[in-house]
Amino acid sequence: MSELRELYQSVILDHNRSPRNRGEPDGANRRAEGHNPLCGDHVIVSARVSGDRIEAVGFDGRGCAISTASASLMTEAVRGRSQAEVKQLFEDFRRLVTSGETRPACSLGKLEVFAGVHEFPLRVKCATLCWHALRAALEGGESVSTE
Amino acid sequence: MSFDAERIRRDFPVLQQSVHGKPLAFLDTAASAQKPQCVIDAVSEMYSRDYANVHRGVYELSLRATRALDDARERIARFLGAADPREIVFVRNATEAINLVARSLGDSRFGPGDEIVLSEMEHHSNIVPWQMLCERRGCVLRVAPIDDRGALRLDAFEALLSPRTRLVALSHVSNVLGTVNPIDRIVALCRARGALLCVDGAQAAPHLPVDVQSLGCDFYALSGHKLYGPSGIGVLWARAELLESMPPFLGGGGMIASVHFEKTTYAGIPARFEAGTPDIAGAVGLGAAVAYVERIGMDAVARHEHALGEYAAQALANVPGLRVFGTAPGKAAVYSFELEGVHPHDVGTILDAEGVAVRAGHHCAQPLMERFGVPAMVRASLALYNTRADVDALVRGLARVREVFA
Repeated sequence: MSELRELYQSVILDHNRSPRNRGEPDGANRRAEGHNPLCGDHVIVSARVSGDRIEAVGFDGRGCAISTASASLMTEAVRGRSQAEVKQLFEDFRRLVTSGETRPACSLGKLEVFAGVHEFPLRVKCATLCWHALRAALEGGESVSTE
Repeated sequence: MSFDAERIRRDFPVLQQSVHGKPLAFLDTAASAQKPQCVIDAVSEMYSRDYANVHRGVYELSLRATRALDDARERIARFLGAADPREIVFVRNATEAINLVARSLGDSRFGPGDEIVLSEMEHHSNIVPWQMLCERRGCVLRVAPIDDRGALRLDAFEALLSPRTRLVALSHVSNVLGTVNPIDRIVALCRARGALLCVDGAQAAPHLPVDVQSLGCDFYALSGHKLYGPSGIGVLWARAELLESMPPFLGGGGMIASVHFEKTTYAGIPARFEAGTPDIAGAVGLGAAVAYVERIGMDAVARHEHALGEYAAQALANVPGLRVFGTAPGKAAVYSFELEGVHPHDVGTILDAEGVAVRAGHHCAQPLMERFGVPAMVRASLALYNTRADVDALVRGLARVREVFA
């Protein structure tokens, strides 16, 4: 039962109930969709990028608590970062949700609430769907699938 | 003999375990059924005692394996009420059976403008093969609607039938809604217009007595793994004269009469549709599964599942914020639902922590999800080995979901 509490932490439940940065940011110039064909979940991530800097990110779509909270927290975590920083952040986040571990001396901040996901291998894709979509958006893709 | 689910439960070794420290409540039989010990033994004995390739082997083991395969075919034929064991074609699953019909019958007989009618409640396996046929042959797909309870709208279905309708593809029982379609009435409508009826029986054969001759359909497809048999074996039934009129599906060994580079002639039925070495142990396992459910009696199975289904329906109706999809009268014991404010995947994960195995997702029926305006549903499906304790565990688990998402 503690694993379940670890997965559904209050921060995750809060971001599921009241997702931040819903919709498209003003002046968005990057956009991509993500699909999880396994469950039918769908997320649209859009961003306003200026030079190398991600100025704002928003998301839309329907998904489970993990995917909704992950998208919501991602939009907050990547704002103001460079493309290289976002890429590194995704790698660190993926390591966290698959192994529960972080790189030494690396802080993921609020994203660390997703550490419990690694106990639920079937839910890893829920947590990473929005990140795949963000990466596709930044790289100029239009659509990604978790399969 | 009275139906004793507790005793039946003991026949299934997989059910004798705890998951996450809780007794396993397995409520996902609509996806695949668990296997009784006698099926596991039949497969194991085939490999440890009687295995060799079938047909034409002149030695003892090949003879035994051939006989076991023939026996399984005969038993399955009797189980389905087929007139002749040659009407039982072994395939991998219901999906392959439907693809066989679409390829063999569809490609050879249907052309541009011919119409194929199916329903909104179909599984992807009874949609996509027909869409692919339409692309190959220029046929037109027509989709009969269902009502809000999940019952086929017979008036609208009848209105869709036309002189161009060549085939109707319909599930006997819906894998999501549990709706039991009135095959007898559908048959009458099809006959009146000269259309063939292909029934997807994957969700029916494990739960209702099925007699293909009294149903009156032209094709009946089923999967062994949903009928307490091994995965990888399935059945296509069709009347002998219909099968005999159809060209082969796959080419290869076992399906020929003679092969020459100038000309090859094909074997009779069912061999014509069984190219390559079949799943011998799988077929034998399915034969054992059929023998198992026959010993219990399909009428008794249907009665047990109906009574337990009523209990489940009542219990779920008392769960706050829960909406069941599929309330057609006389439905099978399949309960798909949503819990207000909680995504089906989260429901599934929390139920799993409580030892309750359900399925969450689109259940290979995305058009049906669209029909009800949801991306996914949670599905609990009952079988002969389920008891009220399983349903109670589900209801307790749903209360736990509410606590987590309070």
